[in-house]
Amino acid sequence: MENIKDTQWPIWEVFIQSQAGTPYKHAGSVHGSDKEIAMQNARDTYFRRNEGTSIWLVPTDCIVASNPDDAEMFFDPSNDKAYRHPTFYTMPEGALNI
Amino acid sequence: MENIDHQKVFDAKIEQDANIEAKDWMPEDYRKHLIRQISQQAHSEVIGMQPEGNWITRAPSLRAKKILLAKIQDEGGHGLYLYSAAETLGIGRDELIKQLHDGNAKYSNIFNYPSLTWADIGAIGWLVDGAAIVNQVSLQRTSYGPYSRAMVRICKEESFHQRQGYEIMANMMAGTADQQEMAQDAMNRWWWPALMMFGPHDTDSPHTGNAFKWKIKRQSNDHLRQKFIDKTVQQAEVIGLKIPDNQLKWNEEKKCYDHGEINWNEFYEVINGNGPCNRQRLNNHIKAHEEGEWVRKAASAYAIKQKSTVSQ
Amino acid sequence: MKHQEALLTLTLRLGDNPLVLGHRLGEWCSKAPILEEDLALTNMALDMIGRAEVLLRYAALIEGKNHTEDDLAYKRGERKFYNHLIVEQPNGNFAFTIARQLYVSLYEFLYYSELMNSKDETLSAIAHKAIKEIKYHLKHASDWTIRLGDGTDERHHKMQEAINELWMFTGELFESDEVDEQMSELGIAPYPADLIGKWKTELIDILSEAKLSLPEESYMQTGSRNGIHTEYLGYILADMQYLQRAYPNAKW
Repeated sequence: MENIKDTQWPIWEVFIQSQAGTPYKHAGSVHGSDKEIAMQNARDTYFRRNEGTSIWLVPTDCIVASNPDDAEMFFDPSNDKAYRHPTFYTMPEGALNI
Repeated sequence: MENIDHQKVFDAKIEQDANIEAKDWMPEDYRKHLIRQISQQAHSEVIGMQPEGNWITRAPSLRAKKILLAKIQDEGGHGLYLYSAAETLGIGRDELIKQLHDGNAKYSNIFNYPSLTWADIGAIGWLVDGAAIVNQVSLQRTSYGPYSRAMVRICKEESFHQRQGYEIMANMMAGTADQQEMAQDAMNRWWWPALMMFGPHDTDSPHTGNAFKWKIKRQSNDHLRQKFIDKTVQQAEVIGLKIPDNQLKWNEEKKCYDHGEINWNEFYEVINGNGPCNRQRLNNHIKAHEEGEWVRKAASAYAIKQKSTVSQ
Repeated sequence: MKHQEALLTLTLRLGDNPLVLGHRLGEWCSKAPILEEDLALTNMALDMIGRAEVLLRYAALIEGKNHTEDDLAYKRGERKFYNHLIVEQPNGNFAFTIARQLYVSLYEFLYYSELMNSKDETLSAIAHKAIKEIKYHLKHASDWTIRLGDGTDERHHKMQEAINELWMFTGELFESDEVDEQMSELGIAPYPADLIGKWKTELIDILSEAKLSLPEESYMQTGSRNGIHTEYLGYILADMQYLQRAYPNAKW
């Protein structure tokens, strides 16, 4: 017991699915000593109002985030690729179901 | 590779009302200011559980008990969201709690007043949460992303809090003479401390400058206080409560209420530890924290043990 | 015993348990070992009070005297309360609260699993809702029992101590009297004495995973079926009923 440090336990990121079939969305974080306790804590913290039907938990230190300094080279190049969107194309008049 | 001028990027984001995110570069003072403000708000939510918790076992109906439990639980949840927002700035909850216990972090003054009768539960919900929500609504647009998102969630959940408090007051004012007296007494005791919650006058507020520049704070203390007074006076009138301020008067020209001066001496005395419940509130928190130590450690020890079993 | 009287007694017993345990769990508010656990304990208290509310409402209906659930909660004297002695025991340290919850939730899990099949539609419907909550309470209590038990000596000691100290109140959970006989014969409620075997088996499983031992058989406390309680209940009611008693004509 003496060699155990008193902490507020590791942090976990909570993702919740509000309805079956919809994507999981980040809700916030909780502290939990292990995954079962973290899961209960996520449930008791983020599901007080019928917020959803499923939970994902990820230890916060396992999240890999992009570096804000890389934002330009990472994300700007896709700005000018309009041909990836269906509205880019002109369809012959009268063509249906396309 | 070009050198990024971080300060310029930061300033531009603030200028464009864009959010600053956890990993973004930010000035050290911005970070410090946020940690101080967010943790103070988190501590307030958590310490604020005490005056209301004082009445859980004595709530006068099963309905009232459920509502009060749910409300206090929300306050705990909101404290948790806010601690989480502060943690994204690189400070642990352990450290934040330590700052509270050492007296280096503050919490809202209002919770250093005692909750004496059931009407105080009404007054806290209606006036204290009512004042808090005026501030919180404004903070939804704060510049730091995690803080702003926490505030959005909190505002959504807080919306019933003020209504439950007002409902208690309304029921009591429609009740027996004893109940009416209790309600007016609670009003008299909580009105002025509620006004103090918005902080000193703008002219005397030490941190206001940077907070505005960085768009952490979006509206001034006096502006928010006025907003609260203007909406609350009418609510008091509807249920027959008198606002304990002889100088309160509608100002037709300014289209708002003029009010009497706040007792700033009391404000600073309470901040400096001389309120009726300062020691009690902090000691309770410290006691619960200390009594919980073996539990937190036991859980950590179990987690370590499980991990080593798995890896063997 | 008349059917109505037996059904009323049964329903009061069922309602008083969550009422009093909810009261105790509510006392944890702002005192839990960690903020997340504060929310968890409050959630349980809310489940309990909610269940007490519907059960006492049903009891008032059976009684037929125009009482409300609040009248039954706030205006009955302590000799007319029928909750098990274990739920009125003080919270003690966290281990004590967890041990109490483990004993009670495991019992409730078995009891309410059968109550779902009750021939009384109201009780069956209440049980269907309650069982989901109870399953979670049981998971919470067992997960914590295992964590507090399976550790170093000091912790081991605290959890084992709590398990031992509360043991003498567990016998009462399975006491069965005339009311239980009548109700179980009609298929309205399970016969508590029948549940003890399963309860013990499942308890032993949890305790052994937690490296804790089952207390030795000992003298069991009794009384609540006749409204005889420990001294703690009086203080619970003094708190709970204070406003209703002090201002009898007031509506809140």
